[in-house]
Amino acid sequence: MKILVTVKRAVDYTVRVRPLTDGSGVDIANAKMSMNPFDEIALEQAVQFKEAGLADEIVAVSIGDSGSQDVLRSALAFGADRALLIQTDSVLEPVAVSRILAKIATDEAPHLVLMGKQAIDDDASQTPQMLAARMGWAQGTFACGLSMGEGEVSVIREVDGGTQTLALTLPAVVSVDLRLNEPRYLKLPDIMKAKRKPLEVQTVEELGVDVSTKTRITHFAEPPEREPGVRVQSVSELIDRLVNEAKVL
Amino acid sequence: MAVLVVADHSDGILSDGTARTITAALELDATVDVLVAGEQAQAVAEQAAALSGVTRVRCCDDAAYAHRLAEPMAALILSLMNEYAVVMAPGSAQGRDVLPRVAAVLDVAQLSEITRVIDSSTFERPIYAGNVLATVVSEEAIKVITVRITAFEPTAAAGSSAPIEAVAAAEAPDLARFVEESVVRSDRPELGSAKVVISGGRGVGSAEGFKLLEKIADELNAAIGASRAAVDAGYVPNDYQVGQSGKAVAPDLYIAVGISGAIQHWAGMKDSKVVVAINVDEECPMVQTADYALVADLFDVLPELEEGLAQLKAH
Ligand SMILES: Cc1cc2nc3c(=O)[nH]c(=O)nc-3n(C[C@H](O)[C@H](O)[C@H](O)COP(=O)(O)OP(=O)(O)OC[C@H]3O[C@@H](n4cnc5c(N)ncnc54)[C@H](O)[C@@H]3O)c2cc1C
Ligand SMILES: Nc1ncnc2c1ncn2[C@@H]1O[C@H](COP(=O)(O)O)[C@@H](O)[C@H]1O
Repeated sequence: MKILVTVKRAVDYTVRVRPLTDGSGVDIANAKMSMNPFDEIALEQAVQFKEAGLADEIVAVSIGDSGSQDVLRSALAFGADRALLIQTDSVLEPVAVSRILAKIATDEAPHLVLMGKQAIDDDASQTPQMLAARMGWAQGTFACGLSMGEGEVSVIREVDGGTQTLALTLPAVVSVDLRLNEPRYLKLPDIMKAKRKPLEVQTVEELGVDVSTKTRITHFAEPPEREPGVRVQSVSELIDRLVNEAKVL
Repeated sequence: MAVLVVADHSDGILSDGTARTITAALELDATVDVLVAGEQAQAVAEQAAALSGVTRVRCCDDAAYAHRLAEPMAALILSLMNEYAVVMAPGSAQGRDVLPRVAAVLDVAQLSEITRVIDSSTFERPIYAGNVLATVVSEEAIKVITVRITAFEPTAAAGSSAPIEAVAAAEAPDLARFVEESVVRSDRPELGSAKVVISGGRGVGSAEGFKLLEKIADELNAAIGASRAAVDAGYVPNDYQVGQSGKAVAPDLYIAVGISGAIQHWAGMKDSKVVVAINVDEECPMVQTADYALVADLFDVLPELEEGLAQLKAH
């Protein structure tokens, strides 16, 4: 079985992103970048399937600028067999990313695509569902449990109120949630080994996929600041202030 | 312009998030129809028809939609999209699951979790864990939008009832099979619409520890939330998680107990009117940014708080 895993390079989760003062973009030129945390979980799942003898090849794909080679090298260190970068300097809408991924999924013909449930930069939570729709495949979003069956994959999903279990016909797209697993720490020998694994780079133009959309961000603003708060000394002072000052009790 | 709002419901009850999504749809100066799909969906359709601003309810009563799986739901919505310029759904687990499938087939960009309608093609939505608010202009032929439900008030009940019209099920390939669900029904208010939320973090220490929060929630008719750490540790179920990758809440009062206040947690509760932090660590971001911070051991002060609130109620 072949598994395709998508990995996006995003601003590290510890960075508090702010808009540029003129509102024309976000101030991330010097920010620490990492693999989108949900994509690490997707990769970990793929590697666990391979270790269990359920998968024989893992292909990692990223769409982004040349810096995305870093996250693909990490993906290879995790255990992906080869990597593919579709290079572009533009920031793409999820629908445009899904067009690219559909082309790759058609060419690679994986049995399963594992993706993060959301990218922590755009917080869109769209790309996996869009890819599934384009391919005419089943989707299992927000997965916290996965197991392989005969020609299908069983997915436990985190939904409002609890969890839901679905059996998806393969090929399928699964988007993973935080509680699926805990990604391993990369070890130095694996990082060294990853340097020799194949990483192919192609531009969006070479791939020949239209990435235009009729949607654009025209302004980036800071959310309203909170007024400075007060330190209360006791429970009775807290209740008193909530009743008489904040008037919320 | 006509908008189709895709209703969310469970156990025969229309979600409060649907009523909030209708409010967002009405801000587009539009005719708003509501799609109710499900098995024995009639009762839900009637609830939707009774909401103010609804022009028509389209009801698809069919076993194919019993669990509202994404593949058949998307096919059903798409079968109606030649009549609408916009399709909207609450940014719930269902809305987030289904709408991108619709957008992909229409080959348009989707707007996720809008927090404001600026005009009929301009919207605001949070990005980067809510640290940035993006103004987004969409000139797509059909707009596909999910709504951050805490950002809109629910539409009120109307004096009259909108017509309910049956729609046929749509053809869809059998790709996914429902196996089972494990859903806990709670008598407490929904997290997304509660006026008061009390949330616990790693500091609460155990499922047992959450009982202290429950008692206070009883006094305040509050919903109970949690940080990711508390959910990961198994103190409470997954859908209690408030934050960037959990639920967004915007109550009048948010009480964070034993939560450090990571960026990802703030992302889910920063629109709360008043934030109270109860934490032993005076340096942590929750204490630093809260409106009222009580630097104390939660196990000492929660029983005291419960008692104080009970007295307040008695007066
Ligand atoms: C991709 C991604 C998505 C995430 N999404 C979310 C999300 O949606 N929601 C979310 O919450 N987190 C999310 N996180 C995790 C987030 O970064 C933090 O790790 C998490 O919020 C920490 O939870 P906590 O505050 O309960 O735990 P900690 O940070 O460990 O804080 C525990 C707090 O309890 C206090 N405490 C301990 N004992 C006591 C006591 N006896 N009395 C009073 N106070 C006490 C401590 O001082 C401390 O401040 C996400 C992380 C990633 C990487
Ligand atoms: N540029 C990209 N490169 C690789 N994977 C991506 C990219 N954009 C989105 N994805 C995948 O889609 C998931 C959801 O992203 P989003 O829909 O943007 O929230 C991510 O966790 C990734 O797995």
